Amino acid sequence: MWDALRGPWPWYVGGPVIGLMVPVLLIAGNKQLGVSSALRAICAATVPGRVEFFRYDWRRAGLWNIALALGVVIGAAFAVSVLGTGTPDVAPSTRDALAAIGVSRMQGLLPAELFSWRGLLTPRGFVLMAGGGFLVGFGATYAGGCTSGHGVMGMATLQRASMIALVGIFAGGLLATFVLLPIVLRLP
Amino acid sequence: MTTTARPLGDRVAGNQEAGTPSAQTHAAGLIRYVIIGALLGIVLIKSEIVSWYRIQEMFRFQSFHMYGVLGSAMVTAMVSLRVVRWLNVRSLSGEAIVIPPKVVGKGYRYWIGGALFGIGWAFTGACPGPLFALVGSGATVFVAVAVAALAGTWTYGRFRSSLPH
Repeated sequence: MWDALRGPWPWYVGGPVIGLMVPVLLIAGNKQLGVSSALRAICAATVPGRVEFFRYDWRRAGLWNIALALGVVIGAAFAVSVLGTGTPDVAPSTRDALAAIGVSRMQGLLPAELFSWRGLLTPRGFVLMAGGGFLVGFGATYAGGCTSGHGVMGMATLQRASMIALVGIFAGGLLATFVLLPIVLRLP
Repeated sequence: MTTTARPLGDRVAGNQEAGTPSAQTHAAGLIRYVIIGALLGIVLIKSEIVSWYRIQEMFRFQSFHMYGVLGSAMVTAMVSLRVVRWLNVRSLSGEAIVIPPKVVGKGYRYWIGGALFGIGWAFTGACPGPLFALVGSGATVFVAVAVAALAGTWTYGRFRSSLPH
């Protein structure tokens, strides 16, 4: 059992556990699963400025989002330190495709050559991390949800809005993967 | 948090002295979300959903892993919501469970916002859940990515009224 928990969890374990968070959050306090709302709540709590979007009662409506996000940070730290992580068993075709665009070393959860503090100061790293991060926050809040809010919660309740969002997310992801990423990775 | 004078939306079961919500009950009400979040954080790491490589695999349609995760999460959520309806389950504070529908409107926000988010997801390999998980995992540079995401969220809020929705 312990060994099974320490190894990578297959999709048929991870997926259902995430799915169960939907009823658990509804029962816990009528909350809808979604992580991106935490970004709005953190903005409202720290630098609301004069922006109307952030001038809502975040203590009452958004503190739970921040608590959930804090839990994710803690849970991840626990998973890494107690259960451990390895290098994902990535498909050979993906290895080849990534090697062709310059990502040949595969170790750990993500390529350290792309995601590092030193890399952040290079044009390539800045576009990937600062640019990518900006788009994650801007896009998810614009769309009113991310992979959890639209992908899981919205799809489970068959929301048309979430289906549109998911198509949009994939369109953007494919454009980035096949067109933008090869260009960005050629930057110094 | 200690200055909260407002009644809580969700009270802790069995601790419902009306009109006197203390900071303590508020904290006790919030701890459950920290615990649920922690479970989410563990799954995000152990199922490798936080992995940039896995996200690349997904967008290149070269592995079933991420589709299996998302698909089985959707199905589990859908089935369990049916069960919740059938059994007429209530929330811990005794309220009926409500899921407000998302307004579709013209749908621009879902197309455009979704696509921009998708680009960011492919670049960083992290959607918001994994973003927080990676910070906890010790990949400290994701603190910078998270700050960039907050800047993105803030910028959206600032220009919200002039964007098509």
